[in-house]
Amino acid sequence: MRKHLAVNPIACDAHGICAELLPELIRLDEWGYPVIEPAPLPPHLEPLARRAVSACPTLALVLRDLPG
Amino acid sequence: MSRPVDNHLRPDAAQVPRLLALVGGSGLDAHFSRWGPVPGGGRALIAEVERSGLRGRGGAAFPTAVKMRSVLGRRQAVVVANGAEREPVSAKDKAVLTYAPHLVLDGVSMAAEAVGASEAVVCIDRSATEALSAVSRALTERSRAGADVVPIRIETTPSAYVTGEESALVHWLNGGPAKPTFVPPRPFEKGVRGRPTLVNNVETLAHLALVGRFGADWFRAVGCDAEPGTTLVTVNGAVTRPGVVEVPRGASLGSVVDRAAPAGPPQAVLVGGYSGTWVPYQPAAGVGLDSVSLGRLQASLGCASLTVLGPDSCGLAETAVAVRWMAAQSAGQCGPCVHGLPALADAFAGVVSGDRRGSALRRVNQLLPVITGRGACHHPDGVTRMVRSAMTVFASDIDNHRRQGPCRVRHGLLPAAPGAPSWR
Repeated sequence: MRKHLAVNPIACDAHGICAELLPELIRLDEWGYPVIEPAPLPPHLEPLARRAVSACPTLALVLRDLPG
Repeated sequence: MSRPVDNHLRPDAAQVPRLLALVGGSGLDAHFSRWGPVPGGGRALIAEVERSGLRGRGGAAFPTAVKMRSVLGRRQAVVVANGAEREPVSAKDKAVLTYAPHLVLDGVSMAAEAVGASEAVVCIDRSATEALSAVSRALTERSRAGADVVPIRIETTPSAYVTGEESALVHWLNGGPAKPTFVPPRPFEKGVRGRPTLVNNVETLAHLALVGRFGADWFRAVGCDAEPGTTLVTVNGAVTRPGVVEVPRGASLGSVVDRAAPAGPPQAVLVGGYSGTWVPYQPAAGVGLDSVSLGRLQASLGCASLTVLGPDSCGLAETAVAVRWMAAQSAGQCGPCVHGLPALADAFAGVVSGDRRGSALRRVNQLLPVITGRGACHHPDGVTRMVRSAMTVFASDIDNHRRQGPCRVRHGLLPAAPGAPSWR
């Protein structure tokens, strides 16, 4: 199943670790909050995405199944 | 539905108003002698609602039957009637609660029976004192008469713009602040005390009460095919007779504005309030108040408020007021909303006050995509939508402000009541 990265914007505290670990898909806005590439996660980046998810100090970054 | 309806009680289907029709008194007796008793439809009501094409009147226009089906299941559902109206330019929920409380409560009762709910809550903004006393009085009468199959209680909700957002309402009913939560799970999956929760706008429930009594065909006799029935519209701004009117869905915008007697030739109309869309009065006057017609103008009906901008007002200045107010109404949870909306309000104020070098306008354009779609709820999206529409509709004003500085026209069309939002 195809997956995508999402952020829980309520939990996110702009630590910015995700953008350091996965600059291919995540950049930070001017206040330090992640802007995530909305397209499905390319399979070769999945291990890096999982690492970014587990490194988020507030557990705000989540890997979700895309519907359909 | 196979259940017969007393023909002598069935009103002429073409007659408008429906919800706001006078019933010859405010009490339960007058109500029942006008509309008949609450019919027991059970689950069959959902199919009838589906055939009626009833869509939510809270702003999103989601099909009501789909929502009802989503809470059917093993666990007993909770029905929440959403009357937490905090849109500064909308009063139609307060109006239906005040003038037709029994119709709303009929709808609550019937929806609860249809989805097998064991309790129902009517949420009313705590500053809406007239609506509150009308519904309290109505509930007292109903419990004496044993009119409802499930217990219905009133909860008075805190006064903040986002309180009426479904997840915020459920969060608050569960003891938290009236702030949106990260979804999913949505209220229909996990709502009040973890139970599947059907959240319907109070006007939607009043329509449902009539669909349950007189059937889908009766309901569809007015309005347009895709969006049948009547709709309550709040008209205000530069008009001499502001108020709430009930019109067929799809009635032309101009005909509704005319009923409110514009104070002068309107320039533009803000449709759907502070998270709505500005449309130029021409050609919008000839456009129907329904999603398809308004969609051609990149607008949607939203909460169905029409705020008329008169010939002497500045659309940019009014927009700046609204953006500033909406920024202050942020629940303060999501970074792009917390930081983005005040920055947008500052930048837009810069556009209004005379932006000779164009830097404020560039800043607005830079912020819009950064803010949009990044909150847990759609509060920031509503603001960016309104700003985008203002930049299109008032494009020539932006040029004038840029060349000549701020204009000297009258301000103060849009209300911007001071005071911080409350969350409990």
